Amino acid sequence: MNETTIEVSALAPSPKSWGRRLYAWYLRSDALKGFTLLSPTLLVMGLTMLIPFGIMVTISFWAQIGFEFDTTFTLANYGEGVEQPLYRALLLRSLAISGTCAVVTVLVSYPMAYYVAFHVHKHKMTWIILMTVPFFTSYLLRVFAWKVILGYNGVINSGLKGLGLIEEPLAFLLYSPTAVVITLAHAWAAFAILPIYISLEKIDRSLLEAATDLGDGPVKRFLGVTLPLSMPGVIAATLMIFIPTVGDYVTPALVGGPDGIMIANLIQAQFGLVNNWPMGAALAIDMMVVVAVISLLYIWLTRKITEKIA
Amino acid sequence: MTEVAYIDRPSRALYFYAILYLGFLYIPVLFLPMFSFNDNIYIAFPLKGFTTKWYMEMFNNQPMWAALNNSFNVACVSAAIATLLGLFGAKAVTRYRIPGEKPIIFVIMLPMVVPYIIMGVALLILITQLGFDLSLYTVTMAHVLISVPFAMATLISRFEGFDQALEEASTDLGASPLSTFWRVTLPLVFPGVLASFLLCFTISFDEFIMAYFLAGTDPTLPIFIWSQLRFPLRLPGVLALGSLILVVSFVVVFFSQWLRSYRVEKTQPGI
Repeated sequence: MNETTIEVSALAPSPKSWGRRLYAWYLRSDALKGFTLLSPTLLVMGLTMLIPFGIMVTISFWAQIGFEFDTTFTLANYGEGVEQPLYRALLLRSLAISGTCAVVTVLVSYPMAYYVAFHVHKHKMTWIILMTVPFFTSYLLRVFAWKVILGYNGVINSGLKGLGLIEEPLAFLLYSPTAVVITLAHAWAAFAILPIYISLEKIDRSLLEAATDLGDGPVKRFLGVTLPLSMPGVIAATLMIFIPTVGDYVTPALVGGPDGIMIANLIQAQFGLVNNWPMGAALAIDMMVVVAVISLLYIWLTRKITEKIA
Repeated sequence: MTEVAYIDRPSRALYFYAILYLGFLYIPVLFLPMFSFNDNIYIAFPLKGFTTKWYMEMFNNQPMWAALNNSFNVACVSAAIATLLGLFGAKAVTRYRIPGEKPIIFVIMLPMVVPYIIMGVALLILITQLGFDLSLYTVTMAHVLISVPFAMATLISRFEGFDQALEEASTDLGASPLSTFWRVTLPLVFPGVLASFLLCFTISFDEFIMAYFLAGTDPTLPIFIWSQLRFPLRLPGVLALGSLILVVSFVVVFFSQWLRSYRVEKTQPGI
């Protein structure tokens, strides 16, 4: 009887040394210390991102009645999102505009990134800063600047008129999907240059030398070595422009006109004038899902193609 | 060296292309200061003459100063919080081996690849459902959310060039974790911290899409500018302000980029 109590007390150390042991174990465990350090950041991101997402999904299954929500579960908003021709048309148009913008911006920016990566040897940093600085000026004012350029009495029209090339201003320049593409391409250029530049800069120069030594000409060397190796940058650049621009409502509102209105304008209206939040939430989720599916497909496809070429 | 040269040999065509590209980037932006000095209420050609009256008008525009003040406060607070969170996160990720590190980083970086309108709408729903009022605080919260990924990215690259042995030496010599952080870690990563703060500041200062949903009655500067874009008579004043912001942000961005590129080795304490 007596012996067992002694044994038990020896096996179970006092709370104080338990705490010490735990602390020592904690100090030795990298993972725990890492998690502790990470926890504030994760907590904040979770609270401000994952929880709102959850609530948005919930609300998208409700219905709006006046200023109140009818909280009975319904799929009506999603049904309407699919059936209404206007919603479908706007979503398709947004995807077309953002897709065109992403492709154009990447194509136009690739040679620029290439130049800085391979042909600039002095003051590389200055070039990079020069390319990124306009990006940090007011987005609204940059978009507005294009209104000034493309407008009825804008830079292009008054310039052409001054040269005597046209008599009446070209009305189609502003308020069109083209105007939205140009403006977005200008506004998001930095997001194309930087990822492409970084992936080009990482390429081991000896690979290029090897290709040359083995008899590849400049074109074959570019297609066989440089381009495949810079594909991660190209993919990142395309997505970093495509994804956010689908959700832009500022540019379409300022330079798009009725033909350039995008899905985000509609979503914004649901939370403003139209005042149908559940519909707006459903449209936002529709948009997010479509964008995510397209992005994943794009990543998968480009990977397959690069693998085949390389 | 000559072996490399034939790959990197200068290309005149590419150089001209680069100049053209920079023109495309800068010329549209430069129209703003040009029209801010134009003596015409309408933003259109032909130019009428030089004036500084729009700048005078701007200095007397009280609502604009209030909006500028709001934006400044929101940007300072959100940049400070985002940089602090980024500091924790970057340190944890680069210093410790954490199981499931990749999915965790993915979650933290998610705001970079989600359209702002979606996060703005989601936060709007959350805040109103909880019964809180929209205010500058809600805007600040949203800006912390979108700034943290940029802060993390900036600071991770800073910590990666960081010599762990310096911290270990400090601990071995008897310094407490806090004093090691304060006297060794922080001075070494300080340029990164400053660069992250400035980057987050500019992101918040310019952010419109989320702020439009989440600001209550107090507008931030982009919301104020947006409201002015509809009134042609107020536009020249906005252009004057825009030009001033342009100059200031050029200086700030140049400074922060210079800080980012500032090599880690250069800042190691002389041992």
